[in-house]
Parts: sequence; C-alpha cells; structure tokens
Amino acid sequence: MMWEIIAANKRKSIILFSGMALCLVLLGYFIGAAIEPEHGGISGLFLALGIWAFLSIVSYFSGDKILLTVSGARKVTHDLHPQLFNVVEEMKIAANLPAMPDVYIIDEPAPNAFAIGIKPEKCAVAVTAGLLSRLNRDELQGVIAHEISHILNRDVQFMTFAGIMLGSIVLVSEIFLRWMWFAPGAGRRYRSRSSSKFGGDHWMIVVGAIALAILGPIFARLLYFAISRKREYLADASAVRLTRYPEGLASALEKIALSDVQLQTANKVTAPMYIVNPLTGKKAGLTGLTSTHPPIHERIMILRTMTRGADYLDYQRAFSKMKGKPTMIIPTSGLKQSKGIQIREGSIDKTAPADEKDAVRKAFDLMRAMNGYAFLVCACGLKIKLPPDFDKPELLCPRCGRTNHVPTAELAAVGAAAGVLTGVGGGETLEPAPAPRNDEAPLEYVRKGKGWETYFCSCGKRMQISPAFCATHMSCTTCGRITKIIDHTTQ
Amino acid sequence: MAGLIIILAIVALVIFYFIGIYNALIRLRNRVKNAWSQIDVQLKRRHDLIPNLVETAKGYVKHERETLENVTEARSRAMGANSIGDKSRAESDLSGALSRFLLVVENYPDLKANQNFLALQEELTSTENKIAFARQGYNDQVLFFNNKIQMFPSNIIAQTFNFNQEEFFEIEDKAEKEVPKVSFTT
Repeated sequence: MMWEIIAANKRKSIILFSGMALCLVLLGYFIGAAIEPEHGGISGLFLALGIWAFLSIVSYFSGDKILLTVSGARKVTHDLHPQLFNVVEEMKIAANLPAMPDVYIIDEPAPNAFAIGIKPEKCAVAVTAGLLSRLNRDELQGVIAHEISHILNRDVQFMTFAGIMLGSIVLVSEIFLRWMWFAPGAGRRYRSRSSSKFGGDHWMIVVGAIALAILGPIFARLLYFAISRKREYLADASAVRLTRYPEGLASALEKIALSDVQLQTANKVTAPMYIVNPLTGKKAGLTGLTSTHPPIHERIMILRTMTRGADYLDYQRAFSKMKGKPTMIIPTSGLKQSKGIQIREGSIDKTAPADEKDAVRKAFDLMRAMNGYAFLVCACGLKIKLPPDFDKPELLCPRCGRTNHVPTAELAAVGAAAGVLTGVGGGETLEPAPAPRNDEAPLEYVRKGKGWETYFCSCGKRMQISPAFCATHMSCTTCGRITKIIDHTTQ
Repeated sequence: MAGLIIILAIVALVIFYFIGIYNALIRLRNRVKNAWSQIDVQLKRRHDLIPNLVETAKGYVKHERETLENVTEARSRAMGANSIGDKSRAESDLSGALSRFLLVVENYPDLKANQNFLALQEELTSTENKIAFARQGYNDQVLFFNNKIQMFPSNIIAQTFNFNQEEFFEIEDKAEKEVPKVSFTT
C-alpha cells in the first residue's frame, strides 16, 4: 500500500522535475546564445547542466552532513534523551524502515523538526531542544511520524534534487542578469556584432534570455513550493496513519504555532525541510503561492476533523470537508486500499511543561546537557549547572548557601550524557558550613524577615540572601569570610 | 512429435507455475516469522523490564500489593506460554495488569518523582507502543499469508506441502477496552 503511494509520488516527481530541468536547459541555452551567438547556446546548456550535476553530486554524498552542520544539529545517543530515541524507534517499527534513523538535536529554543536522508536505509531526524521541552509523548510521536513519513514517501529525496535544480536555475539567472547590468562592454559588444553579422534576429534571443532569467526562477519556485505544500498534507496523513492518533500531531502543531521564539539557523533554502515553516513574522515572504507550507491552522483543523478513523481515506474526507472542494491530496491508489484504522486513545502522560517559561528553561537544560554540563541538585531544590570544565571539589549553593560536594569521579563518567546528580550534602544530612578561614570572630547578620535581604561583608562586598536561604552561615564570594546569619524567627 | 512437444511445454509451464507459487508461499511464511520475531523481541524486553519496575515501586506503593502481584503473576504466565494463541492471551492480560498499575501510580507523587522509576516507565511505555506497532505489522502479514493458502490455486500447493494457517496475535477486546476503576475516595 505504501509502495503505491511512493510510486505515484515518483511519477509526479518526474513530471515536475522534468519541468524544472527543461527550465534550466532553456535558460542555459538562451543565455549562452545571447552572450556568444555562434556556439554559445550549446556550451551555455552544458555549463548550466554542469553546475546542476556538480551540486547534485556534492549534495548526494555530503548534503545531509552539510545541512545538519548548517542547522547546528548534534547527534545524540539513547541516554541523553531516552524518550526521543524511543519514539523514533517506535515509528521506525510502525513505518517498517530498514534501519534505525540517526537522531539529532538542534541547539535551539524554538520548536521545530526536520528529516533528511536520500534513502530510507540511511536517514536522520533532527528536532530542536525547544520542541522536546514543549511537547508531551503523544505530540512528539506525531511530529516524528510526520518526519519519518517524509522519508518514507521519498519527499526528502525529491526535495533535495528539486531544491538543487531550483538553486542552479536561480544561480545561473543571477549570474547572467548581474553580468548584463554590470559588465560595461557587454551590451555594446553584442549589439555591434549582432547588427553586423546576425541582423535583428539576435535581439530576440537576448530578450528571450532576459525574460527567462527573470521568469525562470519564479516559475521553478512556484513548482517547487506547490509540491512542497502538497507533500506536507500527505506527510500529515501518513503520520496519522502511523500513530493512529491525529490529536497528537494536531496539538503539537498548535504548540509550535503558538510559540513566538524564532529559529535562528533556518534560512530560505532549508525552510521547506522543517515541519512548520520556520520563517514567520519578519523573515517570511509572501504567503499563498510562494509559501513552502500550508497554513498551519488548516492543517490543525483537518487533523481535528478526523474523528472516525486514522486512514488515508479519513484524512481525505476531512480535507475535502475543510476546503469545501474535493481536491485529491492522497493518490487514489492509497485511498482504494484503506481498511479502516481505528483511532487509539491518548496515553496518560503529563510530563509536558506548564507554561512557556518552564518550556524554555527545560530547553536550555537540555542544550546544556548536550554540551556536557552536569546538574547538581541542591537540597533547597535549586538545580546548579556545572560547566564541563568545572573541577573544584565543592560548591556553595548560590541560593541557600549550603555546601555541595561535587562528585568529580562521577562527573567524569557522565561525560557528554546528561545526568542529574544529587548533591552529596543534600537532605537531612546537611553539611555544616565550613569553618572560618581566619582567626577573627565570625561576622554576624540578623535577618529582618523572610524575603530578599542585602548585607555588606566586611570587605565591602554586597551580599544577598534569598527567601529560600536556610543555612546558618554564608561566605563572601570575594574575600571568603564567613558571616553568621541569624534568623530571629527561629531563635 | 509436435503434439508431444506442445504437451511437454504445457507440463513444464504448469510445473514452473507451481514452483513459483510454492516459492511465494515460503517467502510469505518467512515474512510472518520475521514479523513475529519483531514482536518477540519487544515482548522479551517487556518481561525484562517488569522485575525492575516492581522492585522500584514496591517501597512506595505499600497499599497496592495486589496490583503489583497481578503484574508479576501475569508476567510469569506470559513467559510460560508457548503457542501464539496462549501467548497473545497471556500478554494481553499482562498489558491490562500493567495499565492498571500505571494508573495506580498516578496517586503516588513520591514515586512519580523518582528518576529511576520515570526512566523505567518511559521504557515500558515505549515497549508497549513498539509491541502495538509490531503487532499490526505481524497481523497484516498473517492475513496476507492466510488469504494466500486458502485461495485457489495456491491452496493446492499449500495442502500438499502442509502450509498451515498462522494465528493472529490479538489483544482481546476485554483487556484493551476495560476501563480501570479509579476511585477518588481515600
């Protein structure tokens, strides 16, 4: 069943691809002929195709690595984020992929995701840290299913090659137009020649070349974006079929749409790869014909309309109902074999963060964990982040002033994997504050209340006491002198 | 002479045709076996996870001994089952016991805060999902295979060479749809 959809996709891809290729060939020919009327046409054609072939070869062999590097993605293991890894594996089983995709996390607080991989045997999914921190299990599953569907439907393959074709067309036209504008002798040279040798005919070619150079990229872009939009719908439908839970993807899309954090590493070239167009607000261009993704609220509404089942047929019905016109999104071969897949129940998972602030905090924690930070949980509940090169044996909690021993050996073992370590001095076995380092009698400060308070150490350093402070001593961060904190409420 | 050749050719064609069917049946049966091994891996993984889970939870959920015992008992029964039919019954019992257990856990915030338990719970949830997805694939293959050995003309080959129908791996409706009772009185 899946195979027929892939085959239908392939046919469409070839037609579209040929359209773009024709555009490139014509462009090359006309530009060549405009510059050098005698043999320029053929050499221009070959030059254009050569650019395309070169870019294709580069992207075939190292395109995935380039894209991952450009987006700042980092490969992760099961230990760093078990849930993400498990969800990818579940979808791998559901989609019957031949191999486990590589899993990448992008160091970004904005929620988004993409998939890469020319063939299903060797592919990868990348999600941002912001996505992981915002979504619960079902939602994450929906997003991963959408990405795996892109690989399964050979969307990635097609979009890569079509993208390169588009890139070549844009590149060739830009070079030509710039040359026309800025090469001072360019216009005059062929004008004199054409008037003497070729007569008025050559003007037609020049005008044709300029027209093609202006219209070609636009035309190619429209083709590219049209197919990109349609494929988003198809990937949504496939994702629902894999997870059997439309609400998961719907609420994931909703959460992504509601977030106002911008993705920093996305640009116009990589935009179509993401699950939701990362270029919103200022960065986004025109909507409608030139957008790479269908409007997100439409996608959500279609998913929410699916109440009867989770098969392609149900998605098509929901789509037609939503749009009010029976446009076929799913290839008919896929609809024919629908066998009625039931929607499953949502799982009980309430680990999703409560609000945006919490989500951003979780995202940054994850990013720190990826970068080798370790976490030390103090008894007062504060999570102290230790940078990878932290080498001191103990550490004062910045909030409550307790001394936490840093388990250095364990830290080394933790390495890049995230581990939440519990401070050794935590809980009831509270460590007494270290003895004063000099012979002077310890300074004293009497607390006035329960809120934030400030006092000055004898060295003049301004010290702050937080409401959660519950220890008896506090040491100055500059001179190291200990001040005894007397809490009148307890005495 | 020409008649003989024609007859021989027809016989050869028929033989090749039947060889083709036989090979297709073997291929399908292997696919069923492969799909089954996919489920089996996940079932084994679930069996391995349960002792740890129970051990971690024991200290926290002192009043839910019965639920824990149900899980352990269902696990040992599932591990003892041999045929696919028995196995699917025992495993669906185990799924039911586990989902009741996970609902009970919701009432114990201390246990929910235990990092070790959370990690185990995530692994368990994932394994359950993997079983569900692998089961779907397995049942698709079984349906395909069973259709093939019942339909003409492949049923002739199937009967001669003893291809038997494979069993579906089904979660009984009872276990999957049963709504566990959650009481709000303490």
